[in-house]
Amino acid sequence: MDASKGRSRSSHGLSRRAFIQGVIAAGAAVSSVNYLFRGNALGQGAGRGVAERLLTLTVNGQQRRVDVLDQETLLMTLRYKLGLTGTKIGCDRGECGNCTVLIDDVPVYACSTLTRIVHDAPITTIEGLAAPGGRLHPVQQAFVEELGPQCGFCTPGQIISAVGLLKVNRKPTRAEIAEALAGNVCRCGAYDHYLNAVQRATELI
Amino acid sequence: MAAYKLIGKDFLPPDVIGKVTGRAKFAEDFRAEGMVFAKLLRSPMPHGLVRRVDAAQALAMKGVLGILTAADLPKVTAPAEPILTSEPLYVGEPILAIAAVDETTAADALDRVKVELEPLPFVLDPLESLRPGGANARTEGNVAAPNLKLQTLKWSARDFTAVREGELPRGKPAEEWHYGDIEAGFRQADLVIEESFITQALAHHAMEPRSALAYWQGGKLFLHGSTQSLAFSIPPLTRILGIEPANLHYVSENTGGGFGSKAAAYTQMAIPAFFAKKLGRPVMLRVSREEEHDFGRSRPGFQGWVKLGFRKDGRLLAADLYIVQSGGPYGAVNDFRNAGRHVSLVYQPLAMRWRGMPVLTNTPPRSAQRSPGETQTSIAMDPVIDKAARKLGLDRVAIRHINAPRSDGTIGPKREPLTSSFLPEALELGAAQFDWAAKQALSGKRTGSKVTGLGVGIGYHAAGNSGFDGLVLIRPDGKLYIHAGAGNLGTYSYAATARAAAEALGMPWERCEIVYGGTGRHVPWTCIQAGSNTTFTITRTNHVAAMDARRKLQEIAAREVGGEPAAFEVGGGRVFLKAEPAKGLAFAEAAQRAIALGGKYSGQELPKDLNPMTARSAAALAGQGLMGVAKDTLPRNGVIPGFCAGYALVEVDVETGQVEIKEYLGVADCGTVIHPKNLGNQILGGAVQGFGMALLEKHVYDPKYGIPATRGLATSKPPTYLDVPVNMRWAAVGKPDPQNPVGAKGAGEPPEGAAAAAVLCAISDALGGAHFGRSPLTCDIVLNAVEGRPQPFKPLDTNI
Repeated sequence: MDASKGRSRSSHGLSRRAFIQGVIAAGAAVSSVNYLFRGNALGQGAGRGVAERLLTLTVNGQQRRVDVLDQETLLMTLRYKLGLTGTKIGCDRGECGNCTVLIDDVPVYACSTLTRIVHDAPITTIEGLAAPGGRLHPVQQAFVEELGPQCGFCTPGQIISAVGLLKVNRKPTRAEIAEALAGNVCRCGAYDHYLNAVQRATELI
Repeated sequence: MAAYKLIGKDFLPPDVIGKVTGRAKFAEDFRAEGMVFAKLLRSPMPHGLVRRVDAAQALAMKGVLGILTAADLPKVTAPAEPILTSEPLYVGEPILAIAAVDETTAADALDRVKVELEPLPFVLDPLESLRPGGANARTEGNVAAPNLKLQTLKWSARDFTAVREGELPRGKPAEEWHYGDIEAGFRQADLVIEESFITQALAHHAMEPRSALAYWQGGKLFLHGSTQSLAFSIPPLTRILGIEPANLHYVSENTGGGFGSKAAAYTQMAIPAFFAKKLGRPVMLRVSREEEHDFGRSRPGFQGWVKLGFRKDGRLLAADLYIVQSGGPYGAVNDFRNAGRHVSLVYQPLAMRWRGMPVLTNTPPRSAQRSPGETQTSIAMDPVIDKAARKLGLDRVAIRHINAPRSDGTIGPKREPLTSSFLPEALELGAAQFDWAAKQALSGKRTGSKVTGLGVGIGYHAAGNSGFDGLVLIRPDGKLYIHAGAGNLGTYSYAATARAAAEALGMPWERCEIVYGGTGRHVPWTCIQAGSNTTFTITRTNHVAAMDARRKLQEIAAREVGGEPAAFEVGGGRVFLKAEPAKGLAFAEAAQRAIALGGKYSGQELPKDLNPMTARSAAALAGQGLMGVAKDTLPRNGVIPGFCAGYALVEVDVETGQVEIKEYLGVADCGTVIHPKNLGNQILGGAVQGFGMALLEKHVYDPKYGIPATRGLATSKPPTYLDVPVNMRWAAVGKPDPQNPVGAKGAGEPPEGAAAAAVLCAISDALGGAHFGRSPLTCDIVLNAVEGRPQPFKPLDTNI
């Protein structure tokens, strides 16, 4: 992602305040369910990490309005505010890749991405790959055909990384696939089947 | 071999679509109305005593709902593991929990809890605890294991000085057995070798941390957890919780890996359950990666010694094995015992002695991990077998083959029989497919800085059980519902074993439904979903349940159509006259007749020998269709061995010490192959974990304070794509086990030890037979060996 773009995004904060207030009054925003983060619902005064701002995220092609804390990671926003639990928390510290999502078609770890810096970039999660009618994305279809997953916990991240790879390299070699997916740890060790699946996907796309 | 319609064919297990779309729900994906969060205050030291807790400031915080301490919970008797503790026995052990309306508040509240802890002596290295005056991991003692009482055992100073530098001291063991005359065997042997060895302890690090969500409704506990087993988790879970099985609604539809660490219930999942009861609100305990390291279980390490006496043709005449186990604080593992059984089986020594000393350590608690004890033994033994082969001038596959059990082989001190063994065939198939003989020319060949080495290893685990129940239901929609008490941890065996029921009834697979995922699905009592048990065990239970349904179908058809039940055949979703196939009933009609008839046909009357769990499930389903339900009383005589032979080709970079695994082939003896594609996943996935043990993964601690240094994935180093060959291969012997209705045995455990041993042997082979007696072989160790430098640690040091 382009860093300068990220900076310009955060500068919108103040000018958006009035608009945000209005939206909250209208009840159009996703409610800030305080599952994980202390929020205004508790009636606590402004303190470290308490200020929330309303952002509009583009997730899986939909505009989603959500109250977000400055330090909130995209992983937590997706799972605990937008109900998109397909993105998994394996480590929450950039070690496993279970939480990989696409931002601007680039695979990133959602646990290591602040929600506020990606608010005007398209975000794709595992839930957004299949066609609206339910038809699987070719990479998902290939993962099914090759019985890629074992326990399945790392699978969404593996698929997202594979989709990201195939957007920039339509015919990767097996070694290139391994390289591209190396940030996605699979403790079941299903790597061979995952490689088979991504190779199969290149035929289905 | 029987001609099967389903067994041996690939199919799509019903949970795969959910896994690729993100719809599959794991424990932390559930939400409950009014859900609050618990956070754990955990021990900062490896052994201590909680002197005082002052939580007043924390409890006064806005949003904080309550505290749970050991005083709120049932007492347990040592060495059992408590849910929360006032004498922490390892770094990270939960002492108390705070619940708050959000997780941040709970975490902040924990910072305001004042805990006074008195540090106590601690043990990381079992040998230190066995020294005279050595510390004990627990105030009550230093040795314990399942069915071995917690006690204090020390060796004498003389025991420690009687051995050479680097040799395992061998004082009086806690347990031992023998058969035959080992001294005579060593006297007759043409070659006797002795080696000490050490294998690492390491974390399971299942990808899904063991988060749990609990709430109570109407006196009933609803618990979303992450366990490998479903049915088998219920008795230990209800014991921990102190409730009746009928009052537990347990949901575990998907489990993100376990590898033994989530085999059945564990104490930490009871924390949200007790807390939810205390608060009257749903409680979620999100477990972090660090917590998963700390209390998410680990494989015990071994310090061992072996003496082997070979005849010049390679036959093993006598084996003497001593295992010291680092058992963690609760000692709940049999690995040290499994080591002895492994050697007695895999090499069939004519005489053998085993001695074992399960020592407690202030390290993360242990549990079974993929081939518990056997993987460590493969790692320890295979390189010694190679050393013997070199000294005797024998091929390294041949020396394994001459000792490998045939189906008349035996295991253990009582020389128990086997249901089948096709290990020799697995070795042969592997040698042929790997091109072992021709590849010998590559052994030790140097290209640039890289030297090639070849290795073969054998993995084993007892892979099956019997005596559990099966439950199937043919409903008026004409479908066969196969109720699965096995859990779903990613091996798909809950699904593959269901095919045995469909096969027995000749039922098209698209008209079968597997009912699984929670106690609310009314599942039968089933074996533990661990230790490669399910394939053998549940194909049997599903077979007997299907055969019960088949008899009932025939009886109903005889009533309706006339004639003897035996005159009817079952297949294609119908029961029909063999002589006149047009006459008969569709399953849908038969199900309706069964409901009308009631009694045994629809589950109103049940066999008396069912487990109470099966009886409860059957009673809940009674009257809804034609029920097949039975206990597996099929004959079984012997241990069910699952084997894997691994073949590896590695390149050792003699300038960096890096090892690259270039080729790998795993060959299973798992009886009939029931689901080929998934068998491949198991053989190769197990191999990846074996590569981790051979090259990468271990526990490391600060020796002064006992703080673990390998809590994250980046530091404990499970293999990634870049640590394994881009192409791996697998095969299976495919000969049926005669004591299983479809000939199947378990497959998932043995591949790990096979691969780990093959890689370690290949490294030695590349370096002209250099013997390490240690795992993992990290690049620093390899490089020191290449350069002839002494290693900066003693041979049996645990913490390097």
